[in-house]
Amino acid sequence: MKKLICIVCPIGCHLEIDAQHNVTGNRCKRGIGYAIEEVTRPTRMVTTTVRLLSQEHPRLSVKTSKPLPKEAIFRLMAALESLTVNPPVYMHQVIMRDFEGLGVDIIATRTIPG
Amino acid sequence: MKTDLLVIGGGAAGIAAALEASAQGLEVLLLERDTQLGGILNQCIHNGFGLHVFKEELTGPEYAERFIHMFHDKDIAYKLNTTVLDIRKEDAGFVVSASSLQEGWLELECRAIMLASGCYERTRGQIQLPGDRPKGVMPAGSAQRYLNMDGYLVGKDVFILGSGDIGLIMARRMKLEGANVHGVAEIMPHSNGLTRNIVQCLHDYDIPLFLSHTVTDIRGKDRLEGVTIQQVDENWKPISGTDKHFSVDTLLLSVGLVPDTMVFESLDIAMHPVTKGAVVDQHYQTSIPGIFACGNALHVHDLVDYVTEESRRAGRAAARYVKGLSVRQKRLALNSGANIHYTLPQYIDTADFNGVISCMFRVTKKAEQGEFVIRQGDRIIQRKKARFLAPAEMEQLDLDQTMLSDHETPLTLDFEVIRP
Repeated sequence: MKKLICIVCPIGCHLEIDAQHNVTGNRCKRGIGYAIEEVTRPTRMVTTTVRLLSQEHPRLSVKTSKPLPKEAIFRLMAALESLTVNPPVYMHQVIMRDFEGLGVDIIATRTIPG
Repeated sequence: MKTDLLVIGGGAAGIAAALEASAQGLEVLLLERDTQLGGILNQCIHNGFGLHVFKEELTGPEYAERFIHMFHDKDIAYKLNTTVLDIRKEDAGFVVSASSLQEGWLELECRAIMLASGCYERTRGQIQLPGDRPKGVMPAGSAQRYLNMDGYLVGKDVFILGSGDIGLIMARRMKLEGANVHGVAEIMPHSNGLTRNIVQCLHDYDIPLFLSHTVTDIRGKDRLEGVTIQQVDENWKPISGTDKHFSVDTLLLSVGLVPDTMVFESLDIAMHPVTKGAVVDQHYQTSIPGIFACGNALHVHDLVDYVTEESRRAGRAAARYVKGLSVRQKRLALNSGANIHYTLPQYIDTADFNGVISCMFRVTKKAEQGEFVIRQGDRIIQRKKARFLAPAEMEQLDLDQTMLSDHETPLTLDFEVIRP
């Protein structure tokens, strides 16, 4: 039996998952998926910024298009270090495609006009 | 030019209130002191916003941009780089003086005012931290702005005092950017941050959380060189012999947010000792008719979704006021009873008492299980069971007006803990 705190949403349900992957304590079905993934293949959304060539906005906020395996987070940070983006940038524009072949893109989270 | 509603602040609260008031047919003018709309959301690049309002998980900038689009679509008037300096009451409304980068000194007439100016961070001076006064000690939200907007990492070896959400978010953020985050100290026996942030920001990166600990010494001549933390007893007194030393160049403070009500200073508005915002009724109207408040300028929220929902209600209420549909009569107190830190609203106006009142409140202690009970006199008029409660998480209880037994007796909200 492993105890987890669900982080799918801000409620933070206190979950328990056993060896057969039976989940209890969840208030919605997303908690079941979270608990199973957390004990098998944990992933996280990553949000950060990249360099932007703009006087007014020197940084562009970005995020992963979907959750990234936890162990790849610091490699992603290193890869984004050398990246520079030119305005205009549009919301959800792809900034880096398919990081390490994991099927995860890095996308802009705001619009910066040119 | 005389506008119906003047909104002070162009963040989540101000935009939502302006949109709603405009949808009700009001002439709205919004003033924002920054160079862009969106407020604090612009620097909150992490996700977790929008689950209630949009039913999906957004980052702060994404959440802001959606509302900014809606705002521009409605062609609502606004001025950037404009700081409100004073509010003066006149016979038929108010005169707001403001300073604009483009237009200079402005005097703006309006019939009603919505204060949506957000909150500010408590500083070192406000919590009386002992020790030297070197560079490298700053509020966590300031460090967040430097990092996420300006691109400066404020230090390489970091300690964080206070486990509020901004502190936790910044612990992870600085770790991701290559800083060594030595730990987080929290004077209370529990964290003040959302549970998910404890898990995602501290547990994920093995950053230690020292509960019932506080910083008792700050050392450094020019730049910060180190901090000492100590365990505290139940009276928050440091316990000798529990010292731990950390060699750090940065101490971030996440020790609370306070509603920014500076522009209320020249007015005689009743303020609440706990929320540090104005005392309001269910229409978010302050003690001065025609002046409303919402968002973090009213009380500090933990989710922007709640700010949006509250500000929409406030915008609608302001519209009813301007149209003359809502004239204040009698205000019943809604008192904070057992284990309740504060309630919002603090009053219920019986004059225009239609439908359901959304009561927001915080409990004073952690509990696995309990029940919220609203009484009018001895009579129970609303109750709701709840689980996993914490002071850091705002609760909500809808109060149906038809349940009121009379329009004279004050109400009290209690939180009754159920022992397992």
